[in-house]
Amino acid sequence: MTPTSHIIPLFVAVSLAGAFLISLTAKKLKWLPDIMGSLTTLILLVLSIVAVYMTNKQGTFVYNAGNWKLPSGISLVLDPLTSFMLVTINLIAFLTAVYSVNYMERFTSKWKFYTLFLLMLAGMNGVVITGDMFNLFVFLEIAAVASYALVAFGTEKHELEAAFKYAVMGTVGSLFILIGIVFLYSYTSTLNMADMAQILLQKPKANLTLIVSVLFLMGFGLKAAMVPFHAWLPDAHPSAPAPISAMLSGVLIKSLGIYTLCRIFYNVLGINSSLSSILMFLGTLSMIIGGLLAIGQWDFKRLLAYSSISQVGYIILGIGLGTPLGIAAALFHLFNHSVFKSLLFLNSGALEYATGTRDLREMGGLTQKMPVTGTTNFIASMSIAGIPPLNGFWSKLLIIIAAVQANRYGYALCAVLISILTLAMYIKVLKFAFLGRLKEKWNKVKEIPRFMSLAMVILAFICIIGGILLIPNISNIFLKPASDILMGGKNYASIILEGIQ
Amino acid sequence: MSREHGKGMSLIVKTVTRLTVGLILLYGIYIVLHGHLSPGGGFAGGVIIALSFIHLMLAYGKEIALKKLSKPILSLFESIGAITFLSIALLGFSGGYFFLNFISKGKPFKLFSAGIIPFCNIAICLKVGAGLFAIFVVLVLLKFDAENKE
Amino acid sequence: MTIYLLCLILFCCGLYCILRKRNIIKIILGIIIAEYAANLFFILVAYRLNGRAPIFSPDTTITNMVDPLPHALVLTAIVIGLATTALLVIIAMRIYEKYGTFDITKIKELKG
Repeated sequence: MTPTSHIIPLFVAVSLAGAFLISLTAKKLKWLPDIMGSLTTLILLVLSIVAVYMTNKQGTFVYNAGNWKLPSGISLVLDPLTSFMLVTINLIAFLTAVYSVNYMERFTSKWKFYTLFLLMLAGMNGVVITGDMFNLFVFLEIAAVASYALVAFGTEKHELEAAFKYAVMGTVGSLFILIGIVFLYSYTSTLNMADMAQILLQKPKANLTLIVSVLFLMGFGLKAAMVPFHAWLPDAHPSAPAPISAMLSGVLIKSLGIYTLCRIFYNVLGINSSLSSILMFLGTLSMIIGGLLAIGQWDFKRLLAYSSISQVGYIILGIGLGTPLGIAAALFHLFNHSVFKSLLFLNSGALEYATGTRDLREMGGLTQKMPVTGTTNFIASMSIAGIPPLNGFWSKLLIIIAAVQANRYGYALCAVLISILTLAMYIKVLKFAFLGRLKEKWNKVKEIPRFMSLAMVILAFICIIGGILLIPNISNIFLKPASDILMGGKNYASIILEGIQ
Repeated sequence: MSREHGKGMSLIVKTVTRLTVGLILLYGIYIVLHGHLSPGGGFAGGVIIALSFIHLMLAYGKEIALKKLSKPILSLFESIGAITFLSIALLGFSGGYFFLNFISKGKPFKLFSAGIIPFCNIAICLKVGAGLFAIFVVLVLLKFDAENKE
Repeated sequence: MTIYLLCLILFCCGLYCILRKRNIIKIILGIIIAEYAANLFFILVAYRLNGRAPIFSPDTTITNMVDPLPHALVLTAIVIGLATTALLVIIAMRIYEKYGTFDITKIKELKG
């Protein structure tokens, strides 16, 4: 145990401390929540960059909370995949916190928003960093309950309805996960993920793994909004306030759904060919159905939500392929999708802030009045549609190449076709909202405030330079080690149990 | 308290409540303080403490219960409980580990033993008790709002 | 084995209630039933034959006790269930305030 590994529990502790301090002091000090929100997320971002540096130098860190030794105590694990996810989560969280400084002025109780926001962040960081099965469930529920409350934040008719739907489906998903954990515990008598993987490896192959796989596929698939379980997402994501939509679509479904899915299937249960073909099939199905449903929408945020389902399909396809290139491409697409989808949701929030509507048919020509929003939206749209040299192009290209290399020509063709569909739907947004003639009633529209523009410009900048993550030197620091952890499969267990003590 | 016959339930319920509510509160505190020795602990004790206030509210009506423990004080207690728990966990860094039991453990089965566990129990009790009562209060007040509008 | 099957039936009752009922309050009750079935299952998994409660005390020695870990975990799961249920009930009350009904077939602002 090196002194530097003490930063590991801070990812949870700092965000929780921020949340509780805000709720304690906010009634006296009105200015505090804004500063605390941005400051806490900034600290977390810096910590996660330090974490990338650490894992790059020394590999995997294991932290035993309370100095309880490994199989019995709760362990926190920092490996390259974790630090990759931490950077993604905290980057988006910081930028949305900066954005909310201006945006949330429309709502009455800002401090409640920041408390819930930081609780959700604590839950997501905890899910990513924990090495214990039940601890993962607890953090997952913290993040999920906070997000139910955030979806209902506006307490209007449709927001309450969406929140109810989301909460019911999310709770059912969590129950499946809980039952899966119970089955695993009864079979292996341990809750530590590494220990569990090792015991599963030693015991003979059992049908129990199959049951657990199905339960986890349902539970985490529901959190990740894969297609048969996607019904809550198009209601819940548009109903939340824009920064929360960005967080939900950008990182929540990824850390709660996709990260847990690949961590458990690759590192704990062990992947097999039937499971990976199920993943590929479901991924492609989400891709197609999400894309087809998105193109008919006139509500900007609803279109983005359906498009999220479609893009999550790409990530799951890449993960299901199981080749090193496929997984690296999927993780790269995960990062890119967090960046450009949260940028698009922030754009939609900016439009709503300025014009008060989300209906594309009522907008038109807004680039003249809102140049920053227009430009950043253009960049994000081109990036998600896969126009070179923006980051979305590279990750989609890699996924398609990986599919071709794995002899999955059908899936590759689907990926190409849906990419064209994505381009079509974002050109629709550009045409109706930003280009064309300015309507009479929008003559008085003003550009959005400073902090909102700042967050959007930074995200757009990341969209443009995102491709450099593929340059070998940088990829070796950030992307490659993360996909190596997944490719290593059950080596995860031996690394954690024997490696660093 | 017995003067206010207008609000709340009948005289019998009020008398029984007056006699039992203190005992329930004391029992909750006992469960919290002996959490490290016998079954129970912060959560169970906190629930019992919250129930004693809910009992008061059911028997006497919301005004009297809220006079004893008003909403701002509830949220203050809740935040203080959470912060205390977190700082106990962070104080573990003084011994080198997050959540380290850094106080001497003492002899087993004595009231002053088990290091940080009793303090954790007290923090959890504050959080749970205040939180549960706050949930109840919020549900009751929301209902009254809805009725006033009609 | 029978007892696990009964537990499964309880869970299925909860799921049926969530999927088929039209009243919001009944859906919430369904969630509570399913949650308790899951918790019950966890407790049943912990049982050892002729085991007794894992309470450590100075004057007795315990030779055969049930697995204590799931008890602690179920307590956590119950707390989480409490939070979820409270949130759901509050949302349901707000929905009643806005729509004037608990019937989900009449609550459909969102479509498509």
